Amino acid sequence: MFTTADLDAIWLTLRLASIVTVLLLIVGTPIAWWLARTRSWLKGPVGAIVALPLVLPPTVLGFYMLVAMGPNGAIGQFTQALGIGLLPFSFWGLVIASVVYSLPFVVQPIQNAMQALGERPLEAAATLRVGPWERFFCVVLPLSKPGFITAAILGFAHTVGEFGVVLMIGGNIPQETRVVSVQIYDYVEAMEYGQAHLLAGLMVAFSFVVLLGVYGFQRQGNNSMLGVK
Amino acid sequence: MNVAKYLPWLAMGLTVTSQSWAEQVHAAVAANFTGAMKFVVAQFEQDTGYDVRLSFGSSGKILAQIQNGAPFDVFLSADQAKPQALQNKGLVQEGSRFTYAIGALALWSSLPDFIENDYSRLTSDDYNKLALANPKLAPYGLAATEVLQALGLKDATQAKWVQGENIAQTYQFVATGNADLGFVALSQIMSKGHVTEGSSWIVPSDLYSPIRQDAVLLKTAKDNSAATALLAYLQSDAAQQIIQSYGYTTE
Repeated sequence: MFTTADLDAIWLTLRLASIVTVLLLIVGTPIAWWLARTRSWLKGPVGAIVALPLVLPPTVLGFYMLVAMGPNGAIGQFTQALGIGLLPFSFWGLVIASVVYSLPFVVQPIQNAMQALGERPLEAAATLRVGPWERFFCVVLPLSKPGFITAAILGFAHTVGEFGVVLMIGGNIPQETRVVSVQIYDYVEAMEYGQAHLLAGLMVAFSFVVLLGVYGFQRQGNNSMLGVK
Repeated sequence: MNVAKYLPWLAMGLTVTSQSWAEQVHAAVAANFTGAMKFVVAQFEQDTGYDVRLSFGSSGKILAQIQNGAPFDVFLSADQAKPQALQNKGLVQEGSRFTYAIGALALWSSLPDFIENDYSRLTSDDYNKLALANPKLAPYGLAATEVLQALGLKDATQAKWVQGENIAQTYQFVATGNADLGFVALSQIMSKGHVTEGSSWIVPSDLYSPIRQDAVLLKTAKDNSAATALLAYLQSDAAQQIIQSYGYTTE
């Protein structure tokens, strides 16, 4: 069955994905709101930058993060000036890399949900003299809930499945950066296919359940949007 | 459009393609041998007119790919165990296995003067991270742990280890400055007989078991003249000189 190293990797992965998901919701919501509402010419470029991790090969992204976070890179010099030191090979380095890597998976569902709201609920709230902050927290957020739930699940699942970026900046440190996908990879490379199958099986089962949840939830969401409920 | 008009051209195109196919060899090469192999192959193509396609990666990945039908003709491994494993499975042409290079290990930093041609930096504890290849996967990683063991530094340094999945990635960790120093293949930092940048300590070869790297001809390519020519060329004086200039020894 699972070794201690496997369990460490599973626990680490869950911890990483949870923290990343919370941060993504915090960072992604204002970006999604801005993208959903703005008429600025910057909408296109910003949307494209957010979506870049969808297209770039993870190892390419990881390599440039390694360079940028290194002692000669801009981010590395910034973190050193702050006294944090260098980010690669640390848990928090992985967290930051994962936030960048999974950003489109969180921003896009939230943005879509917010766009689908249209102007009317906001206008109605405005005529009732509801201020902009209250409008956002009491109207926009509750009505966009399906988008947030999809975003959280996709962000979490995508971080669990992350490999290339972690491989590039992680350094394979037990309980710090050795996540499940890396552990599986190590087993394959070491020709320990049995252990690899076991962990990979767990991952397949987990991903299936997550996706099943997303699709089940989306169907419900559609129904309520059509007023069927 | 009259297709028949183009048929002779098409036929000619096909013949040319199939001819060049027969004279082509697809070699899967361990990451540490990348630099040397490119140089050797350039010479080989010039001397013989054969065409070589190269795929680089960790030996473990290449092994898994070959077992699952990857279209490689020759395999240059970073160790002896993996060609042996293929041989045991009957995937290797009988008698084709030979040691094409014996690897050397170096402790390297991208910073000049960081390493003063010895391992005192490791005992000083005055460094952020020590990069090495994963000893479970990479022969150079295993050699690195043997060296640390022999120096009595394995336990003391372990908390600062960062592991690359292969030696190319380990090199990256050090080259980008994220790890102050690391154990890399001498071949990676040596070109034309010199260590080209940073500072280093070439580890005495009595501190680790020899990193013998074997090459094999795969059974599926036993009639591929380009493949046999390439393996023969690797054992020629011309190739061995190139291989040695990258810090390997040869037999």
